[in-house]
Amino acid sequence: MSTKMTRRTFLKAAGTLTAAAALPVGMVEVTRAQKTGDKFTFAYISDAHITQIEGASFVRNFDNGLKKAVLEVNFMDPQPDFVVFGGDLAQLGKREEFEHGLEMMKDLTVPVKWVIGEHDYYLDLGKYWQEKMGPLYYSFDHKGVHFVVLASILTDDEWTHKRWPTPEERMLQMARLDNPNGSPFMVKEEERDWLKKDLEKVGNETPLIVLSHSPLYKIFKPWNFWTDDAEEVQAILKPFKNVTVLHGHVHQVLYNQIGGISFQAFMATAWPWPYPVTYSQLPNMMPVMTVPMNRADPFKERDGTGWGHIQYNGGLVYHYELWENSPRVVRQDSKMKHPEDAEYQDPAIRTPPQLHY
Amino acid sequence: MRKVMSLSILFWLSTLVSLLIAYADPFTEADLKKWNEAFTAVVKEGENLFHSSKLGKNSVSCDMCHPNGSNAHPETYPKFQKQLGKVVGLRDMINWCIENPLEGKPLPADDPKMIALEAYMTYERRGIKLEPGKH
Repeated sequence: MSTKMTRRTFLKAAGTLTAAAALPVGMVEVTRAQKTGDKFTFAYISDAHITQIEGASFVRNFDNGLKKAVLEVNFMDPQPDFVVFGGDLAQLGKREEFEHGLEMMKDLTVPVKWVIGEHDYYLDLGKYWQEKMGPLYYSFDHKGVHFVVLASILTDDEWTHKRWPTPEERMLQMARLDNPNGSPFMVKEEERDWLKKDLEKVGNETPLIVLSHSPLYKIFKPWNFWTDDAEEVQAILKPFKNVTVLHGHVHQVLYNQIGGISFQAFMATAWPWPYPVTYSQLPNMMPVMTVPMNRADPFKERDGTGWGHIQYNGGLVYHYELWENSPRVVRQDSKMKHPEDAEYQDPAIRTPPQLHY
Repeated sequence: MRKVMSLSILFWLSTLVSLLIAYADPFTEADLKKWNEAFTAVVKEGENLFHSSKLGKNSVSCDMCHPNGSNAHPETYPKFQKQLGKVVGLRDMINWCIENPLEGKPLPADDPKMIALEAYMTYERRGIKLEPGKH
């Protein structure tokens, strides 16, 4: 009887729905969250891949993606506490691309936490990035949560320093996702040692959010949906009771749970990437719990791209703002042991475009 | 009579032998190797074009959305392409991508570049069953 909808509860629900439809999702969630305190929202923008054609000419499509994300983050009301940029601001690490991208990013009304991607790194090995955006890896605390930013896109010294005749050639090689002459991403020992030291001063009960460009687990090596020393990094995070890794690079809705660590991917503003299951020649380790995003309609330029915001409330409510597509919400609260799609988790109610082959 | 019969058998046998010579599979291992090398070279050319920033006009390349040619489903063409409102072939979609995301000029259907792109994309889907019309 208690679950039966009376006229009063129907009107109440309808009223909430009407309000929710009229307001940005972020506002609805944050307003509710703020009543109980120590909850906050941050947004993310990722994988903008700003591409110089020549001179002052840049790829219009990718410019439009980043501009749209900046505009929509600025329209969030209340504003998020900060924005994470998930890496790959530039396509080929050129100063012109960084400057053009920064010109758009400077319109953001809240601070930016920068995560470096491989497209930002392999031309000058992070020199310009460190001048303009800041360190390659660092940590900060925010409202009781310890955040760690990692540069997870490093690789072995021989590939980085000896394999290629010029920095431009090295950048081009790393920029090709399906490159058989590529090299797997790594956090590497120096940074892992820093991470251990950084976490020594943090209590195991403190919620931990790790931000990286590549997924800190292994999905598909040929496309670098992969971090080679992921297990070593996971082992460092293991003692913490509440750990979430948020990452870019994969340009898709993707989430996973390994032991006590949950993983969520950022959407790209530039273009969507296929799931590794769509490459039939090699096996992959695509997480089975992920409900895939819809196959993108190439005729709709912004389909399969977007941005997102994350509501921290002890657990995480992860909002994928998908342009040209219904938004997706993935939740992980204290009752759930892994992230779950709020609407489509049950295989029986998935839609035909969610099938990738 | 016996002589006539043996002559007749001999005639038919020789006819059969000549037919076998004329119609047996006429290619050798060397031929197979040569043809495979020619095909592989075209696949390689297709792979280069697929990853080239010069195929279009804005430095965008096919592999940026389709690593290893994935998510292009060559085995489902021809099919009804809902956005074009008619049944089209894979080459029509290749040209659509060249003209739109790559902001370039479409290729003639018999352009060796088009054959090479089709060869690469199809080769990357080898072993997958043909399902024309599938969505």
